[in-house]
Amino acid sequence: MAGNALARAPLAAGFADPVRDSQAVFRAVMTALARPALPQPLAVALGPPAPLTPELAAVALALADHEAPLWLDGPLASVSAVADFLRFHTGAPIVTDPAGAAFALVADAAALPPFDAFAQGTQDYPDRSTTVVAAVERLAQGRGLAFEGPGIRQRAALDAAPVPADLAQRLARNRALFPRGVDLVLVAPGRIAGLPRSLTPVGEP
Amino acid sequence: MSAATGYSFAYLDEQTKRMIRRAILKAIAVPGYQVPFASREMPMPYGWGTGGVQVTASIIGPDDVLKVIDQGSDDTTNAVSIRKFFARTAGVATTTKTREATVIQTRHRIPEAKLGEHQILVYQVPIPEPLRFLEPRETETRRLHALADYGLMHVKLYEDIARHGHIATTYAYPAEVAGRYVMDPSPIPKFDNPKMDMCEALQLFGAGREKRIYAVPPCTRVRSLDFEDHPFTVQSFREPCALCAATGVYLDEVVLDDRGGRMFVCSDTDFCEERRADGHRGHLLGEAPAAIAGEAGDA
Repeated sequence: MAGNALARAPLAAGFADPVRDSQAVFRAVMTALARPALPQPLAVALGPPAPLTPELAAVALALADHEAPLWLDGPLASVSAVADFLRFHTGAPIVTDPAGAAFALVADAAALPPFDAFAQGTQDYPDRSTTVVAAVERLAQGRGLAFEGPGIRQRAALDAAPVPADLAQRLARNRALFPRGVDLVLVAPGRIAGLPRSLTPVGEP
Repeated sequence: MSAATGYSFAYLDEQTKRMIRRAILKAIAVPGYQVPFASREMPMPYGWGTGGVQVTASIIGPDDVLKVIDQGSDDTTNAVSIRKFFARTAGVATTTKTREATVIQTRHRIPEAKLGEHQILVYQVPIPEPLRFLEPRETETRRLHALADYGLMHVKLYEDIARHGHIATTYAYPAEVAGRYVMDPSPIPKFDNPKMDMCEALQLFGAGREKRIYAVPPCTRVRSLDFEDHPFTVQSFREPCALCAATGVYLDEVVLDDRGGRMFVCSDTDFCEERRADGHRGHLLGEAPAAIAGEAGDA
């Protein structure tokens, strides 16, 4: 038994300075949601087990704990080292029902599950909803989905890939549920952008 | 834990900060909705800004510059002690200058200077529920918010008009955020309500005793409730500030003697000091001692 445990790869390290690092990551997430569809810098020095990206790991380590369960998408759930890493560093339960999660981590954003699989809150308590954090490869301003809403002066456009082809329609349906709905956070290497439920997609810019 | 002070960074433990941070994220995603949170006991009594302090402690980082105001003033007991609290527990730089601050915690005022997008305004809130004095039951007010049923508030404003001929609510004036939730902007004078509309800064509201956090994202519509035939108006003042001659700002009345003498001065002390430093002079400034005339180094 002991030999089996020792044979595994050693657990990757968490934040070098948990207090400062989680504050910095939280501020990036907060700014991303307060200024939607505007990519913010997110510097992370983590080496989590693949396919968990450093940015996904950083958001989880900064915000998940025993009160905030995590859900992992297929590619993440299929690698046990990912769950081991997250359990050790956050203490968060890892749930199999996406509706039971405070944060859903998605490595394969193109296969993003439908939003109604996640908790959407209730009309009385819209805060009891899942925040979906999805890793993409490209995240930049302009030439993509266009949005209006709180936090945006006039209109903002976000170029993110890969994402589901019908993301704009999904976000429009999500907006129609307001104040219920999920909040989507996209992360790419070194960047983060928020698409909270308050946003209205307005087609091509 | 900082070895130098013996306190956790910004006083709160990490689990508490994560809980508050998650509440802040929901508050931003649903502008104006009051997110319940597990408010902690703080080393100060309720009513002294425990909600604002917990929000500030959860967002502040070592590179932030903190300003704290109480009724616009940087030098009253509440403002001084909260500023010292964070200087000691978080080691952050503090300032009284609105322009230099990245985080501004406020009790009952919004600074006169226009806030920028790099700034966060944290309000201390006593009663977060705008409908509380009209409907005491939490279950009912929660349902009214869920249904966006704000008829009760309009009746209250209408009764003001029926009784006084105008809307007599002068502070904590209810405002609709992003076309959905009606919120209590904390007891700021209604003079400050228009500053919340399309404000460049993120606005966060913390109510410690009532255990609620809510938010207005930057560049968000905030509309003060009114009627077509009784549009929302702000207070106006007949005279300019007695020290810096500013007009179009919120003034405090200061009683000077027991013979009816009084002066009106800027409630925002930093704004007033900057104007005096720029050479603006009010009609009573010449008689003021150097210490309050903006000439002393530590004024």
